[in-house]
Amino acid sequence: MSGRNRHMPGFRLTLGFTIFYLLTLVLVPLSGLVFKTATLSWARFWEVIASERAIAAYRLSFGASLGAALLNVVFGFLVAWVLARYTFPGRRIVDAIVDLPFALPTAVAGIALTYVYSKHGWIGQYLEPMGIEVAFRPLGVVVALAFVGLPFVVRTVQPVLLDLDPEVEEAAACLGAGRWQTFRRVILPRVVPALVTGFALAFARALGEYGSVVFISGNMPMRTEIAPLLIVGRLEQFDYAGATAIALAMLVVSLKRRAGVDASSHR
Amino acid sequence: MNERAQHLTTHSLRRLARSLAGALWLGALLSCDGASGAIVLKNVSYDPTRELYTEVNAAFSEHYHAQTGHTVEILQSHGGSGKQARAVLDGLDADIVTLGCAQDIDVLAERGQLLPARWAERLPHRSVPFTSTIVFLVRRGNPKRIHRWSDLARPGVEVIAPNPKTSGGARWVYLAAWGHALRSSHGDEAHARAFVADLYRHVPVLDSGARGSTTTFARNGIGDVLLAWENEALLSSRRRGTRADFEMVVPEDSILAEPPVAVVDTYARRHGTEHAARSYLEFLFTEQGQAIGAKHYFRPTSESVRARHRSLFAELTLFTIDEVAGSWAAAQAKHFDEGGLFDRIYQPGAR
Repeated sequence: MSGRNRHMPGFRLTLGFTIFYLLTLVLVPLSGLVFKTATLSWARFWEVIASERAIAAYRLSFGASLGAALLNVVFGFLVAWVLARYTFPGRRIVDAIVDLPFALPTAVAGIALTYVYSKHGWIGQYLEPMGIEVAFRPLGVVVALAFVGLPFVVRTVQPVLLDLDPEVEEAAACLGAGRWQTFRRVILPRVVPALVTGFALAFARALGEYGSVVFISGNMPMRTEIAPLLIVGRLEQFDYAGATAIALAMLVVSLKRRAGVDASSHR
Repeated sequence: MNERAQHLTTHSLRRLARSLAGALWLGALLSCDGASGAIVLKNVSYDPTRELYTEVNAAFSEHYHAQTGHTVEILQSHGGSGKQARAVLDGLDADIVTLGCAQDIDVLAERGQLLPARWAERLPHRSVPFTSTIVFLVRRGNPKRIHRWSDLARPGVEVIAPNPKTSGGARWVYLAAWGHALRSSHGDEAHARAFVADLYRHVPVLDSGARGSTTTFARNGIGDVLLAWENEALLSSRRRGTRADFEMVVPEDSILAEPPVAVVDTYARRHGTEHAARSYLEFLFTEQGQAIGAKHYFRPTSESVRARHRSLFAELTLFTIDEVAGSWAAAQAKHFDEGGLFDRIYQPGAR
């Protein structure tokens, strides 16, 4: 790497800074997590991370995050497509709306979503007669997580779509490809890496989300309790080691998933 | 380097130096201003006291200025009681803590050594200026006819209460229900366990704090009855101007909630604010301080002030936490810790 870029000086300086920056911001705080957890015995550690309630919480956290990220892959792609391919009045406004979940404090988002989706809310009141309950159900967690994850997919896919040369599609059409064939064989392969990255970012963001979910989930143990809430519950009992143990368990599982995503996108 | 470039560099360097000097001077001026007159007190409190302490602060500043000639400025911080205690433990340098339960101040004494273990004895009434209790808030007209504790566990009644695992106020709510069941069955613990478990099975949403539960009940229209602080219930049922959407129902008995106050010696000493901090807390126990409490629907501990506001506060039997659970520490261990009675409501199989 350094050989190829010799004409740009500063490799050592920038690498040194990178390492320093990552150490102070990420690695040192995270090592605290490991050290604090290490004060637990193995038996206690296992008891904390593998309790029935913790497992129900991981299942909800990972399941809802996965559902929300998949939802965003489909609909985020659609939004990115519309924004990249068409010009229409109000396009800039739509473009700006996509960033709202980045800008809004998540607690505000959580309160607003709960208000709208609870059974007397603007949307909830129409869903309830159909037997669909959103707020205070696992579905509500998915909705909140889809909200926070949306911009990640749109913002990673959009530039790739803008970069696609229309002439390639025209060429495909000239060579006799149908619309679906062009989409599947020409466009999609170029977009997939960005989609995978967007998916991974949205998924990771959703796993750690706390502020918006605690309002809409109802926080019922075993049913709608997310793993970050268990962590907060332990902190409230001044059980710092138990809290870091659950955090560590989540971190390990996410890293494994992350590695899986990397492997599939580099194939 | 040619002459022009050199000139530019020295010029911009000089400009940089000048603006740096300006910033330093401004900073010095600001910090001088802070040191010259006003004493700054940091009061770390819990959620429902926001309006109360805003008024106390104004009255105390005036009082302290008249007495000592010093100006005092009070910074307020509010949040869940347990969260606030943890913030102080982790280094938030509060001069004063005014928290939801004694346990949260005990933690500061035991784990943080920030104040002596016998802090509660330094002020009257075991350092409790105002008390409160847990009551019911129902929808207008009380459509589900909720009058007593036993009505909460009736089929078809939805109860809104916060999560005792994450909220101090919620622990008072839980212990109010527990204490009632224990007393009404002459101390039969099996009955109390069954009642509390039954009650929490009627709770569709466990918010992480008392404010969250209020939002769920009042804004989102979920549930038939909210288990609430008396001061918050009085506030929502007596809102002037608009027709109240809620009514307060006073159960047959409830818990005497005693939120205590204390000076955090370590930080007050470091800031040199010990005198002001002590005076602030003593002010809460004066006639004036007690009257402000009553105005915000907190029960004054002073007999005379309470007598004057008798009409405001309903008569009901109040039991203390010591009567129904021994102490805060015992209650925490038995009910709220990992695998305690509260966890077993949701996981009957767990230890």
